Amino acid sequence: MAPPQPATVVPDVDESATLGADKPEARKTRKTEQPRRRRSWVGWRFVAPFLVVFALVFLAPIVYSIYLSFFQNRLVGGNSFVGLDNYGEVLTDPQFWSSVGRVSLFLVVQVPVMLFLALLVALAVDSGRLYGRNFFRLAVFLPYAVPAVVATLMWGFMYGTRFGLVGNINEAFGITLPDPLSPEWVLTAIGNIVTWEFIGYNMLIFYSALQVIPRSLYESAEIDGASQLRIITSIKLPALRGALMIATIFSIIGSFQLFNEPAILQKIAPNAITTDFTPNLYAYTLSFSGQQYNNSATVAIVMGVITMIVAYLVQLRGMRKDG
Amino acid sequence: MIRQRRRSVFTALAGALALVLAACGSGGSDTGTQEQFSAEDVQAALDAGGTIKVWAWEPTLKQVVADFQQKYPKVKVELVNAGTGDKQYTALQNAIAAGSGVPDVAQIEYYALPQFALAKSMTDLKSFEADKFEGTFSTGPWTSVHAGEGIFGLPMDSGPMALFYNKEVFDKHGIAVPTTWDEYATAARALHTADPKVYITSDTGDAGFTTSMIWQAGGKPYKVDGTNVKIDFSDEGSQRFTTMWQQLISEKLVSPVNGWSDQWYQGLGDGSIATLVIGAWMPANLQSGVAAGAGKWRVAPMPQWEAGGKATAENGGSGLSIPTAGANKALAYAFTKYATAEEGATTRTKGGAFPATTAELSSQEFLNAEFPYFGGQKANEVLAQSAKDVVGGWSYLPFQVYANSIFNDTVGKAYVSDTKLSDGLKAWQEASAKYGKDQGFAVN
Repeated sequence: MAPPQPATVVPDVDESATLGADKPEARKTRKTEQPRRRRSWVGWRFVAPFLVVFALVFLAPIVYSIYLSFFQNRLVGGNSFVGLDNYGEVLTDPQFWSSVGRVSLFLVVQVPVMLFLALLVALAVDSGRLYGRNFFRLAVFLPYAVPAVVATLMWGFMYGTRFGLVGNINEAFGITLPDPLSPEWVLTAIGNIVTWEFIGYNMLIFYSALQVIPRSLYESAEIDGASQLRIITSIKLPALRGALMIATIFSIIGSFQLFNEPAILQKIAPNAITTDFTPNLYAYTLSFSGQQYNNSATVAIVMGVITMIVAYLVQLRGMRKDG
Repeated sequence: MIRQRRRSVFTALAGALALVLAACGSGGSDTGTQEQFSAEDVQAALDAGGTIKVWAWEPTLKQVVADFQQKYPKVKVELVNAGTGDKQYTALQNAIAAGSGVPDVAQIEYYALPQFALAKSMTDLKSFEADKFEGTFSTGPWTSVHAGEGIFGLPMDSGPMALFYNKEVFDKHGIAVPTTWDEYATAARALHTADPKVYITSDTGDAGFTTSMIWQAGGKPYKVDGTNVKIDFSDEGSQRFTTMWQQLISEKLVSPVNGWSDQWYQGLGDGSIATLVIGAWMPANLQSGVAAGAGKWRVAPMPQWEAGGKATAENGGSGLSIPTAGANKALAYAFTKYATAEEGATTRTKGGAFPATTAELSSQEFLNAEFPYFGGQKANEVLAQSAKDVVGGWSYLPFQVYANSIFNDTVGKAYVSDTKLSDGLKAWQEASAKYGKDQGFAVN
């Protein structure tokens, strides 16, 4: 079927069979572009397996969510197309915004604390002056290897004021610590769990970035009489900027997606952690106890867009500093 | 090149979309007239045999399944515990929405049934001539399986409420067992003063308990007429409850232990939780979960709002229903009938379940059963009397499952902050109304 052609790299393969979206007439009119075109088609054939998987596992869920978000399925009245109504509803939903506010507060407080501590540990481990460096590095990293569910359950038991660690401390010293699972403290309590879980992970990112700094830089700094503090501020920190950026962006995404920790603690503290505690938990409730799949999909998409915007803004700012 | 890339991406997208559309096209359920089944059809299904899947968490069903399979050797019943209460409903709703993995028979609590009936997820058992069971079941549960004109399940058990109390604790401190709610509040103070570790009961906000208490107090916060729904927690009955219970919360006289947690079971055993006002299905749970309390617990009638009154309410209780998406409905109905109205009812009562059938409720064997756990008390006499005194006219929301799931978001605040119980109920009312409107109901 193919028009006469010069010798090619893959002569036996019929193009139209693989990606046959092309019409023969169209091909004839563009005959002169043929060599260039062939190259591009061959490329597509190589990436086709990836594209199919990509479409199925990455694009299809997004497309399906967007599709769902345009409909409204009600107990009374059934399924109907509502256009952008769901978006209007989510964007004016006080429950949604309060949950976004909560994770934003979490982001602003917890992420800097966590990254600062991780940085401190990474610098300490990298300094080479730490006794038992390998043990220390492993010990700090270990919490990351504990599944989040297990970690949260563990902390949940410790937070208990009746039978948990907090309860034991209160009893032993005759004091009354604030209840970590009360509505006022529960976000802090979750921040503590997340920090504990992810310091090691971020430490590892920073530590590996520190490892690639040529040792000769330190030597010349020492020859110039630079103090350790000066080495940190002038050599190590600038070299860490990229790693810091990546860790920040991961943490932003992680904060906005906060789900495991509150979802598990909810069983222990149902009155402190509401079903709209975080955007993800809200979407989960809408979907699984409210059967409001459409609203849930809309919340997911709006939250995805917000996360992208915030991550992008942070990245933009980071790059400007770079330049 | 750019143009071609666009086109290929478009093709890929279109392919993905087509796939997705195909996937969600299968979820439709037919809402047309229902198939009719005669008694012969059901018998034929039993003779032909087959396999049915039953989702239930009720412990005594295990024996029923074994007996049923023995009686009908060609039938295989797979009993699956897909979670208790709302967890099972979530799984069930998802299976129904997905159109696959739907069980043939499902245990559904009375408060949740209207929601499934309204969504036409459950079969109207009138198509099996289930209306002939009128009179077989006691009035409360029988009314509970009705929604509109249809019958959407057969009652399996019921939960007329009673006061379960730890006699040892009351005796130790020389406090009389309360018969009115005023006495209950007084006893709560006396117990906690006598021993600060002892609480009259535990409560951290439980939708089922709160609605049942309002039910007993004569409140009717939910009025349902088809898709017209009225929610109002400002009526006299609701206020009666909030005024009394608020005292207990404000004075910190209820233990802040979550129901059904390990600490809760422990508290019931060691005497730090002295009473439970709960449904008649509790004995089986006490016997299996609180071994330490054996011999210490007793059953008394539910405390009253007026001295000498007899009013009670239902708390929990469930029936067996047949999902419309189930494969073998005739066989499913045969099992449902066996487990609820026939031999199964007797088996389950012997196993400690509280029956919903009038025959079992009035049988001497049932009434005279002495419970070693309750110190030889004939506990069923109290419970059966309670079943007769349930206040009439109560109804749940057609979306009670969701409403209960957000109870702690709103009313829960009253247990951990200065929010008043009545304000919490008002917030719950508003949140429930909003959901109702979103779902197409005419609310208030």
